[in-house]
Amino acid sequence: MAGVNLKIDGVEIEAPVGENLMQAATRAGVRVPGLCQLDGLSVVGACRLCMVEIAGTPRPRPACATPVGESMDVHTDTPRLREHRRVLLEMLFAEGQHICAACVASGACELQNLAAELGVDHVNFTPPPTRLEMDLSHPRFGYDPSRCVLCTRCVRACAEVEGAFTWGVAGRGRETHLVADLGVPWGEAESCTSCGKCVSACPVGALFEKGTSVGERRVTRALVSTLTARRDRESHREVLK
Amino acid sequence: MSGGVDLFDLAQKEREEQAVYRRTVLCCGSTACLSGGAQATQDAIRDVVAEKGLEQDVRLVATGCMGLCSRGPLVKVRSRGEDDVLYADVDADAGRRIAEQHLAAGQPVEERTLSLEHPFFARQVRVVLENMGEIDPNRIEDYIAHGGYRALRDAVSTMTPAGVIDVVQRSGLRGRGGGGYPAGSKWKLLNEAKSDQKTVIANGDEGDPGAYMDRTVMEDDPHRVLEGMAIAAYATGAIKGYIYVRAEYPVAVRRLEQAIRQAKRHKLLGKNLFGTDFSFDVEIRIGAGAFVCGEETALMASIMGQRGTPVLRPPYPTERGLWGHPSMINNVETLANVPTIMRRGADWFANIGTETSRGTKVFALAGKLENTGLIEVPMGITLREIIEEIGGGVAGAKAFKAAQTGGPSGGCIPLKHIDTPMDYDSLLALGSIMGSGGLIVMDEDVAMPDVARFFMRFCMDESCGKCLPCRAGTYEMYELLDALVTGRGTAATLVRLETLCEVVRTNSLCGLGQTAPNPVLSTLHYFRPEYEALLVPDGAHLAGLPGAHVAAAAESASAFADGSERSA
Repeated sequence: MAGVNLKIDGVEIEAPVGENLMQAATRAGVRVPGLCQLDGLSVVGACRLCMVEIAGTPRPRPACATPVGESMDVHTDTPRLREHRRVLLEMLFAEGQHICAACVASGACELQNLAAELGVDHVNFTPPPTRLEMDLSHPRFGYDPSRCVLCTRCVRACAEVEGAFTWGVAGRGRETHLVADLGVPWGEAESCTSCGKCVSACPVGALFEKGTSVGERRVTRALVSTLTARRDRESHREVLK
Repeated sequence: MSGGVDLFDLAQKEREEQAVYRRTVLCCGSTACLSGGAQATQDAIRDVVAEKGLEQDVRLVATGCMGLCSRGPLVKVRSRGEDDVLYADVDADAGRRIAEQHLAAGQPVEERTLSLEHPFFARQVRVVLENMGEIDPNRIEDYIAHGGYRALRDAVSTMTPAGVIDVVQRSGLRGRGGGGYPAGSKWKLLNEAKSDQKTVIANGDEGDPGAYMDRTVMEDDPHRVLEGMAIAAYATGAIKGYIYVRAEYPVAVRRLEQAIRQAKRHKLLGKNLFGTDFSFDVEIRIGAGAFVCGEETALMASIMGQRGTPVLRPPYPTERGLWGHPSMINNVETLANVPTIMRRGADWFANIGTETSRGTKVFALAGKLENTGLIEVPMGITLREIIEEIGGGVAGAKAFKAAQTGGPSGGCIPLKHIDTPMDYDSLLALGSIMGSGGLIVMDEDVAMPDVARFFMRFCMDESCGKCLPCRAGTYEMYELLDALVTGRGTAATLVRLETLCEVVRTNSLCGLGQTAPNPVLSTLHYFRPEYEALLVPDGAHLAGLPGAHVAAAAESASAFADGSERSA
C-alpha cells in the first residue's frame, strides 16, 4: 500500500494513504484527546476535542477526520489547543449534570479521564439548575440525559453495527437530545433489540445497565470495535454509504 | 424549430395581447405590499374599472416588488404614449381615486405620485430585479415576452457547455449567498466531475434576520431561477435540479411550483429541450425551519430526508453530494444573474461593479432610514451613497451609528468607514462580510452590546447541536452578553467572552459556528467603550448569583468535590 511520511509532534512516521491523523498519532505514540470517535464507527468530528494544528493551514483540523498527507507537520499539543480543549471540556461539563460521586461510570468514564488529563478542575460556567428526567422504561438499561455528551456513538453503533436504528437525535442547540424510535420511551421502542451495543459504546454514564451502582460500570467499549473489525470492513462500509 | 417551443411566437403573441390595452396598472403584489393592504388597493381599482366599463381599456396586473417597501403599496400606471406614473402609499381610497381620475379621466393624482427620478430608483442598477414591477409572476408568457428563456434556448442550441462556463467565468460572477466563491469555477468543478447523476441545487433557504432578497426573486420572478438552473445544468452536465426553499416562504413555494408546471407544459423543462438531447427536471424541497440548512452540507442532508446537520468538508459537494453523486449548490440570486449574463454578455456584466466584485448586489435595506426596501446596486457603491441617497438618510434627524451587514455571520461598519465601497474584499477587511444581502442601518440610539446579544441569541437558537463549540459556546456567549447588558458583567466576563469568541470561531464544525462570534468581535472592535461602560466592579454581581463552582477534580478520577450535595 502506498504510504506518506509525516511528522506528529516531532515524531517522524510513515502512514498508509487513507489513514487519519488520529490513527497515525496513536501509532506514533501520541495520544490525541477525543470523545465522539470510536474505532469501528463512522467519523462525525463533532466533539472538536481532537483538533490539531497542521503547519500551513489557517485553522486547526479534527484529527479523527483529517487524512494523513505527505510531509504534514502536525502539532497536537500546543498551548492554544490545550487552552481551547480545556474551555470546550468546561462547557461540556456545564451542559449537563456530571456528578461523579453518584455516577455508575465513575472510574471508567472518558469525560472524567479527559478532565484529569487536561487539568480541568473548575467549571467557570453555570450548569442547568435541574436534572432532566431519566428514561428507565427499558427492562435492562437506563438513559440519563443529564449525563449525555451527545457524542452520538450510541446512534452510530445502533445504526451501523446492530442495524436497528433505534437511537436518533432530536431538538437543536441546547435542546439537542437522544430519542428512541420516533420519540417514545426506550422500553417501548419496537426497533430495539436490547443488544446493549449502545451502552457499551457510551463514553460516560448516560446509558447504563440497570442494577449497577456507583463506579460499577465495566468498560466494554471494545465490543463495537471488535465486532466491526471482524466483519469485512470494506463491504460493510459500502453498504452504509 | 423542431420539437421545441417557439419562444419568438409566444413572446410576439403576448406582446400583441398586452398592446390591446391603452393603460396597464402594475400593482405591487409582493409580500411586503400585500401585508400593507395591496389586495384592497387592487380590489378597489378593479371595482372602479368595472363600474366605469374600462375593462377593454385597462389591464390590471399584480406584479412583483418595486423596491420601496416602506412606501407601499406601490402602483405604477403605464399609458400608451405617456411616461410611467408611480404612486406610493396607495391604500384602497387612493386606489379608487387613481382609478377614477387617472384611469378614467387621464388626470394623474399628483399628490400621491413619486418621481421615477427619485434617487431611490435612479441610483439602482437592475440585473437580478430587472423584471420586478414589470411582469406578472404568475404568467410564463409575460416572462417570455420580456426576453425570458431566450438565454437558455441560445445556450442549449448554439453553445457548448464549456462555452457557457467560459461566459460565466469571464463575467466574474461570484456566489451571492455570502461566501463569494467564483461561480464559473464551481460550475467547472461539477462539469469535470465524472458521473451521470449530477445535480444542481438552488439554495433558497434565506434566513438572515431582515433579509428577503431571495424570497422576492423566487416569488416575483420564479422563471428566472428555473432558467438559471437549467443553464447551469446544461453547462455542468446535471440531469436534475432541486430548489431548496424554507417552509416560511409559502408564496415562493406556490409560485415556483406553478412556474415548474408552466415550464414543463411549454417544454422548457423536461426531456429533450429545444429538440436537443439535453434533459433537465426540477423539484422543490421545502425546509423545516432550520437556519443551518442554508449551509450546503446540511441542506443536502435535508434534501435526502435526513436530519439537517452539517457534515465535514472535504469532500466537497462537487466531489460527493446528494446520494453520493457530484452536486453543486448555488444561491438563488447567483442563479438569477445567469440568464441576464448569458443574454447581455460577460463583458457587459463585468463592466458593472469593481475589479474583484463584478455585477450588482441585491440588499434588503432595513433599519432607521427614510426609505427602506429592496435595492439592487452596482458593487463598489459606497455605504454612504446607499444610506444618504438611496435610503434618504437616517430617519428622524438622528445620527448614523453603524450598519450591519451579513446578518448573524457578519459585522458592523461604523461611521468612520461609511465611505467604504460595498464589495466582498472591502467588507472582509473591515471585519464584516457581504453576506447574502441583509443591510441594517442603526442610529445613535442603538446600543451595540444589545445588537451583539440579539444576533447571539439567534445563533444560539439556530445552532443544530451537533458540534460542541457551537452548541455550548453560543449559549455561554449569550449568557455572558446577557450578563453584560443587564448589569451583571465584570471585567472577567469580558475576558471570558473574548476567549469564547476565539474558541467557537476556531473549533466549530461549520460556518454557522465559525462566524457566530463575528457580531461580537466586530462590535467589540469598534465600540469597546460601550461594553466597558456596562461593567460593574468585581464581586458586585455575586449577590444572589452562583459564581464559578467546582464540578470536576483533576487529580484523581474519583475525588470530586461537591458531588454528593448536588446529586439527584
